This record gives sequence, structure tokens and C-alpha cells, in this order.
Amino acid sequence: MSGEIVVNVCMGTGGIAAGGDLVMEEFSKQFEAAGIQNATVKEKCRLHKVGCRGFCARDVLVDITVDGEVSTYQYIQPEMVSRLIQDHVIGAKPVKEWLVGDDYHTFHDNQTKIVLGDLGKIDPESIDEYLQVDGYKAAEKALTTMTPAQVIQTVKDSMLRGRGGGGFPTGIKWGFCAANKSDQYYIICNADEGDPGAFMDRSVVEGNPHAVIEGMIIGAYAIGASIGYVYIRAEYPLAVDRLHLALKAAKERGYLGEKLFGTDFNFKIKVKLGAGAFVCGEETALIASIEGERGMPRAKPPFPANKGLWGKPTIINNVETLANLPHILNKGAAWYASIGSEKSKGTKVIALTGKIRNTGLIEIPMGMPLKEIIFNIGGGIEGDKLFKAVQTGGPSGGCIPQQHIDLPVDYEGLASVGSMMGSGGMVVLDETDCMVNISKFFLEFTQSESCGKCVPCRIGTKRLLEILTRITEGDGKEGDIELLLELAEDVRDSSLCGLGMSAPNPVISTIKYFRHEYEAHIKNKKCPAKVCNKLLTFFIREDMCVGCGMCAKACPVNAIAGEKKLAHKIDNHLCIQCGSCFDACKFSAVLKE
Amino acid sequence: MDKQMTETLEAIYDKCLANEDNIITILQEIQSKIGYIQEETVNWFAERTSIPASKYYGVVTFYSQFHQNPRGKNIVTVCCGTVCHVKGAPRIIAKVREDLKLKDDQDTTRDMLFTLERVNCVGACSIAPVVLVNEKVLGKVTPSKIVKSLKEYKG
Repeated sequence: MSGEIVVNVCMGTGGIAAGGDLVMEEFSKQFEAAGIQNATVKEKCRLHKVGCRGFCARDVLVDITVDGEVSTYQYIQPEMVSRLIQDHVIGAKPVKEWLVGDDYHTFHDNQTKIVLGDLGKIDPESIDEYLQVDGYKAAEKALTTMTPAQVIQTVKDSMLRGRGGGGFPTGIKWGFCAANKSDQYYIICNADEGDPGAFMDRSVVEGNPHAVIEGMIIGAYAIGASIGYVYIRAEYPLAVDRLHLALKAAKERGYLGEKLFGTDFNFKIKVKLGAGAFVCGEETALIASIEGERGMPRAKPPFPANKGLWGKPTIINNVETLANLPHILNKGAAWYASIGSEKSKGTKVIALTGKIRNTGLIEIPMGMPLKEIIFNIGGGIEGDKLFKAVQTGGPSGGCIPQQHIDLPVDYEGLASVGSMMGSGGMVVLDETDCMVNISKFFLEFTQSESCGKCVPCRIGTKRLLEILTRITEGDGKEGDIELLLELAEDVRDSSLCGLGMSAPNPVISTIKYFRHEYEAHIKNKKCPAKVCNKLLTFFIREDMCVGCGMCAKACPVNAIAGEKKLAHKIDNHLCIQCGSCFDACKFSAVLKE
Repeated sequence: MDKQMTETLEAIYDKCLANEDNIITILQEIQSKIGYIQEETVNWFAERTSIPASKYYGVVTFYSQFHQNPRGKNIVTVCCGTVCHVKGAPRIIAKVREDLKLKDDQDTTRDMLFTLERVNCVGACSIAPVVLVNEKVLGKVTPSKIVKSLKEYKG
């Protein structure tokens, strides 16, 4: 409709956390009020909630489109809504000072969006909007014009690899599964995104759930599955809600159920909520969890493609892998294989976070150099700090230092420096981050998430963590680094599943690139990044201290004394290095060294 | 066990039987209806379903979602994802513990007003560090800010 005015409000988890729902409510309230007096608003305005468009650092993002001209606003809060409506919607004059800047465009222009293409544009709760962007066309094409073998061949030719971390070619996996003779096959969508610092899958399910469902239909048809499961984290309430809505709508329209697209193919999808166990991201553990058991992995082979859920051939694909499928079927395998690097085709969705200016969700062609991601799309390091390392692959990955900044980001590139793609989390660290502490953080995570079935992982990660804790508390001993490396290699080589095999990666990679930091902790009892409190001495700068007494009040061991309005002093014999005074001081007078 | 409780459990049993649900779903149902998993509920279900109670406990203790103790009126969840960690989550936890006077082995206050929990990642990394008080998401939290936020939940 010409002259239509569309207002898009970002309503992903990030957007809502920043106040998106309040902004939405304000718009709808004011539209209603304005609509009574103003015919334009009444007839031509459409308020629209959309999924995450990636630039979460600037939330709440609002698009106002007048006559096809899009203006994007950043940091919008409810109290700003009335001016947007008065000036822009009614007055047709954009509010210049609230518009996004050039960096918003650098952020987006350097990306290649396939999976995220429709996120931020369509309403995830409306199946009609998905249909408008060619939704369910790919599934129809596969079911009505192709044989299952042709679908598998197309996916093989596209060279799509599993986006959950392993990077196994999807088409080949399907082929293995379909080759089994069985009365029942299953397809499972793995949406148990447990990596800290990763929110790709959540955003896709929240922003475009129908794409995932369509991917499942295509996969199910290829292997002959009539039942599918989505195993999704219960900690993602919004994603779960939108998934349920999408499933209901798809069923009502006949995209799920019996005789799909007039063929004899039947397919239904059930949702299983994860109960909070990181190890359930592992295929065999995930299957055990769907079966209602403790989510413990088992030895492979047999692989799930041969013997999976209830002993039947089962395919498990990650959310992002599935969301790629409709595009591959629509545009062809050759198109997909033309994007990316030699062995890693297509794009990868990455959660870019940490000490970086433009945090958010991005999608890049495989093989893009790390430097471009961090400094072009990411806008460089936050504040005036120096880049130190980037952590990829979550707790299973490693830390990549400055010297490898030109590294191409694909499966092979990241593996060559001892890290991994993982599910696509990328946490940027600056000079104020202690690498020993980071390594300890990940070990704490894997140690507490270890299921306990195999000894190397259960006890090995515990011992690794003990040594790291000792080092960060100033009790590191000569030989600890060698001990860590030896133990890390043993755990890596002898654990049963991916969790244990990759748990030592953060330790190995930080020792490889930041050995000097370990040595400073062990030999000099110093933490160069000033993070490990036990290795620091706290003192008060007399010229900065105004004598407010906040530090003395905060100190749990009464180690700080001083007259009111005069400079205070810390008694270092009593100090337990808890850092409370540092947090309490409003004048930056407490220093640590 | 009182009559009302038995009826609640019976209803859960019927629902799960109709859906052919497994132990995990049964326990999720119990928790959403009753709030936590008590010994007597497990025993009741063990008998009703002829599945040993040990099997239920195996599942309850494996998954972090299940709670065996009653929880406070307000749940304070501190995100401990990587980004929140490097941006100060440990200091926030320490401050919350101090503010709510929680001992090391304690997660719920004596007056049952607050329970402190950790979550691996809520995926709101762009506004780290993040704390959830019940459903409300607080972004860019500092130790002093969280103390201020908690004040409004104290009676």
C-alpha cells in the first residue's frame, strides 16, 4: 500500500531487556490516541514487532518506514516515543539526533545475511509474514518435485556443514541415516544452546521460528522421518513461546501433520524442554535426555544416524544448520557453495560480545579474517584499551592472540590455532582481562557440567581446576605449567565425549599464547592484568581520598582506618584482598597493584 | 499427605500418562505445580508408576533445573556467562551474598524472601553483566546498583 507507515520495534530478548516491550506498548498507546485525531495514523500506520536484527548494543532499535524510506533509531526509550510520532510519523521529519550513525551501517554492510536475512524484518509470531518471504516454498519444492535422494544430494553439493560445532557435512550424515533399513526414523533439532556467551540459536528461534520448522520438514523428508523433536533450553522462555506459536500456526495451515503439500508424507514435531545440563548438547546425551534418562553420553559408534532415539536411525541438526536449508533448496547448492572459503561453505552466525564496541549478532561469509570481524563489524575495542585475545567456541574453544589476528574464520582456520568454531560465540578480551582467570572460568564451567560418567573428565577437570585456582591465589608452584599441560592432554585424549575432549582447550591455548602470564602468577606472584585479587596489594591514594569513609564501611575485616574528611589508610596485614573497598570508592582513590 | 496434594499429584499423573511423558516431564510438571521436588512426592510417584524412586532421584540430581528445597519468594539470578564474568559477575555475586546475609552454603535467606541462583548464560551479552530478579532483566549491573534494586523487594 503506498504511503504506508511501518514502525518496527526490536523485540528479541536483547531488545526486551533494554525496554523493547515498554517502547512497543507506548507506541501502541500513542497510536491509538493519535489515531482518533489523525486520519493518516489511523489508516496507514502499522506497528510491528520484529526479532533481533543484531545490533544489540544499541537497543532499543526502532525502524520507521515512510513511503519506503527507512530510518533507524537507536537507544529508544518509552519517553522518546511521543516525539517520534509527532515529528516523524505525522510530521514526516525524522528526528535526526536519535538516528543511528555510520557505524550502524559499517556493522551491517560488511555482513552476508542468509540465516539472519529475515530477522528484524518479519514478525516472528505471524506465519503470513514468513509466507510473504517465500516461506515453506523450499519444503514444497522438495516434497513435490524431488526424491529424498535428490534432496540429500543437493545438501551434499552445497557442502553445508553442521553449525553446532562439530562441522560434519550435513548431507553425508543424512546419507548415512537414510541408508539404514528401519520402520521409524527421527529428526531432532538441537536448540540446547548451552555455551556461555552464545545466543545465535536463541535469536534465530525467536526471530524466525518457521525457518527452523521448514528446515526440519526438508530434513525429515530426506531421511524419511515422520516424527521430529525440538530439544530446547528451558532458560529461553521467549524462544519456547514463539516456537510453540509457530508450530501451532504451521499445523493449522497444513505445513505439519498428514499428507503435506498433497503428498503421502506425514510429519509432526514435538517440543522437549531441556532441564539444564550443558552435556545434553552432545548427541547421545541429548537422546538419553529425550528418552527421560540422565543425560549421559555413551561411546560412539554406533552413531545416532544408525542407532539413535529408541534405537532407531536419528539425525540431529543444529538450529542454524536447519535454518540454512530452505535457502539452499530455493537458490540451489551451487549458489551456497559459492559463498565462503575452500572447505567451509556458506556463512556463520556469530555472537560477537565482550570488550568490543558493537556487540551483537552477526553473520559473515566463512573465511572472513578475524581482524575484519573485530575492527570493521565490531568497531574495535571498547574504551581506549588494547586488544588482547578473542575467545571462540565457548568452553570447548581457545583464546586467539594478536599475532593471529589475520586468521580466516572457518572450521580449519580456527582449529589450526588450537581453538574451534564451536557454536559461534566470540568473546573479545582486552588488556584488563587475566588469561589465567579466563582459563579458570571455563574450567569451573566444564568441571561443574561434567556428567561424571568417565574418569578422565570427572577427575581430570577437577584437578585442572584445583591447579588453576592455586595459581590464581598465589600458591602456584614451579612445574605447575608442565603439570597442567600433561594433565590437559590426558583429559583431551581419553575422555568419552566432546565435553571432556575439548574441556582442556582453554588451558592449552592460553598456556601456548600467554605462558608469561602464568609465569608471572607462579614465580612473581603477580597478576599483570590486575584481576586476581589475592595477588594484589590494595592501597589508597592520599591525594585522591576525600575521607568519606565508604571504603572503611565496606571492609569486612576492618582493615581501613582514618578520620572523617581525611585520607584513609589500608592495613595490609589485615587486608584479605576482597576488593570491597575498590568497588565502594566513588573517587577512584583505591588502587591495586 | 493431605487430600488436596494427592489430587494434584493424581492430576499430574493422568496428564502425563495421556501424553506418554517420561520422568523428566513428570518432574517438570511437579515442580511447576508445587515449586520444588519433595521426597514424599517422589515416593508417591515411584509407587504409582512402579518405577524405583532412585530412578527419579537420578534425574532430579542430574539436571540443574530441579530443586529439592523450597525457594524464596524472589529469585535473584546472576548470569555467569563469559561476558558477564569478565565484566564483573563474581563481584556482583559477592555483593548480593553480603547484602542478603547469605552464608557460603546458603542460597535462600532465612525469611524465605530471596533465593540467589546462577545461570550459565541468558544470552543478553550486550548489556552484561546481567541479573534477573524474578522475570525482570537488569542490565549493566554494578555491585551498588544491585543493592539498590534489591531494596524494593525487601518488605
